Amino acid sequence: MKQFGGKVLFLDRSDINTDEIIPAKYLTEITKEALKPYLLEDLKLPGFDARKDISGKSVVITRDNFGCGSSREHAPWALEVNGITVVIAESYARIFRQNMFNGGMLAIEVPKEKLSEIFSSFKGKEAAVSFDFQKSSFAIEAEGKKEIVGFKIDDFDMALVKAGGWLEYADSRY
Amino acid sequence: MSKTIAEKIFDAHLVDKPFEDSFVLSLDAVFCHEITTPIAITDLMARGKDRVFDPNKIKAVIDHVTPAKDSKTAEQGKILRDWARRNGIKDFFDIGRNGVCHAIFPEKGFVRPGYTVIMGDSHTCTHGAFGAFAAGVGTTDLEVGILKGVCAFKYPKTIKFVLKGKLPAGVYAKDAILFIISQIGVNGATDHVMEFTGPVVDEMSMESRMTLCNMAIEAGGTSGICCPDMATVEYLWEFIKGEFASKEEALKEYGRWKSDPDAKFEKVIEYDLSNLEPMVTFGNKPDQVKPVREMEGTPVDQIYIGSCTNGRIEDLRIAAQVLKGKKITDAVRGILSPATPKIYTMALKEGIIDIFAEAGFCVTNPTCGACLGMSNGVLAAGEVCASTTNRNFYGRMGKGGTVHLMSPATAAATAIAGKINNSALWCSTK
Repeated sequence: MKQFGGKVLFLDRSDINTDEIIPAKYLTEITKEALKPYLLEDLKLPGFDARKDISGKSVVITRDNFGCGSSREHAPWALEVNGITVVIAESYARIFRQNMFNGGMLAIEVPKEKLSEIFSSFKGKEAAVSFDFQKSSFAIEAEGKKEIVGFKIDDFDMALVKAGGWLEYADSRY
Repeated sequence: MSKTIAEKIFDAHLVDKPFEDSFVLSLDAVFCHEITTPIAITDLMARGKDRVFDPNKIKAVIDHVTPAKDSKTAEQGKILRDWARRNGIKDFFDIGRNGVCHAIFPEKGFVRPGYTVIMGDSHTCTHGAFGAFAAGVGTTDLEVGILKGVCAFKYPKTIKFVLKGKLPAGVYAKDAILFIISQIGVNGATDHVMEFTGPVVDEMSMESRMTLCNMAIEAGGTSGICCPDMATVEYLWEFIKGEFASKEEALKEYGRWKSDPDAKFEKVIEYDLSNLEPMVTFGNKPDQVKPVREMEGTPVDQIYIGSCTNGRIEDLRIAAQVLKGKKITDAVRGILSPATPKIYTMALKEGIIDIFAEAGFCVTNPTCGACLGMSNGVLAAGEVCASTTNRNFYGRMGKGGTVHLMSPATAAATAIAGKINNSALWCSTK
């Protein structure tokens, strides 16, 4: 299983698409590592600077319909090679969500109201997330404030995370 | 028990159900292109698993950047080409025979009613036009598909769209799907199959149904789907005539792939499209759509006609009708990319290429290039493109560029006017 948890990158917008996560012109790369400098290069978000804000982050917290658009697995890969293995959002585009779990990463869904609370309490602060898989929850904390948030992952998705990805899982079964 | 067409396809392809609501399906077709497949190939090689589950069920094409524009894209083509040869994949389409994947694979008869299809490309939902379950997937799903011939999905929930009435002259499948997306939003069908039915769909050609299903993903849909009918049989006939005594026999066989009258849909949404106008997008999301009338006069720099959405012969004929005997204004530039060599050849023979050339369009080879800002028509920052493609994301066709999605008729009318224009003014069918 991969490592999950760490410092948070807040992306406070819905419908962040795959072209914003990694523009198509970089799809000519044939290694995942080569995508590293280009993560979120075309994201239009007030106050966000990809060159400064990504470094050291391990978790993305965002809004609704994250990863919509293209099927490119380059989107989760670009996150992964930057050390980000968890996205927490209200919802995802189907293919992006599947790509995260297929790569043994986490795409956690949190209800809209809870997500709004998290944004209003922690956005703009040096927040960090840690996971307790036994209790199916994560803790988010910053500046002495801490909140525990429960979540649910389908058994199949969790099996993929434990196996390290869909290829490993499928190869042992089919 | 009554079922939807998607449920029937799932039940007929079930290989394993490792958990509640996890359906591992056998695949009838795995399609590959040179952008998302090479990393799967190199990974399989690194794992010592450079093999394919069935070379006859895997089809491959170089379509996104062709001819190769630089060393990197040449290398992607080479990886795919070498892999296809090594693994005995005979249906591999290299330059000269290549076309946009979601146009060339149906044209070759590779998609049949009741099929399960995956590809590492989000617009794979196009193939649902044939009554197939067709889903875009990432590279890992593609890799497992190549190696094992399976893919996992949740059991399909279906939204049924009943398209009533009759599309007015000058209004096309593209206008219909833009309208539908504007009504339900960019995540209105996430994790759902979008089944298109009703008199408007019954009247549509297979080309129009492909346009409709192509943009299901822009509403988050897993697959578009149209139940097969005689139009499906007619389209496929040259490929299936050895299998059936008559078209009626074929229709009878394919007819089992349709939703039962009392099948359970998550939602049924009805639209009467009799008064639909030509539509166009305005923002950076495909659900930001207005009637062309409200956007008239918006200046553009480039017109692009092509892609898996609207690069088929029907689209070229419609645009040519508008362009015939006219010239595009000096203020704009026009690019046509017929989606396949067959379409290109038909357009040549029908005089359509002449009409485009005389109007001042650049006619390129079949490729996806411009649609996603990779090649053959990339925008500069601040430029605006009137495009028959499927995504108007900011920077999609080039960093800092803006895209307005529209039908081929509206794109052609816009080329003549030099700004967004209602095709009805120009359409000789009016």
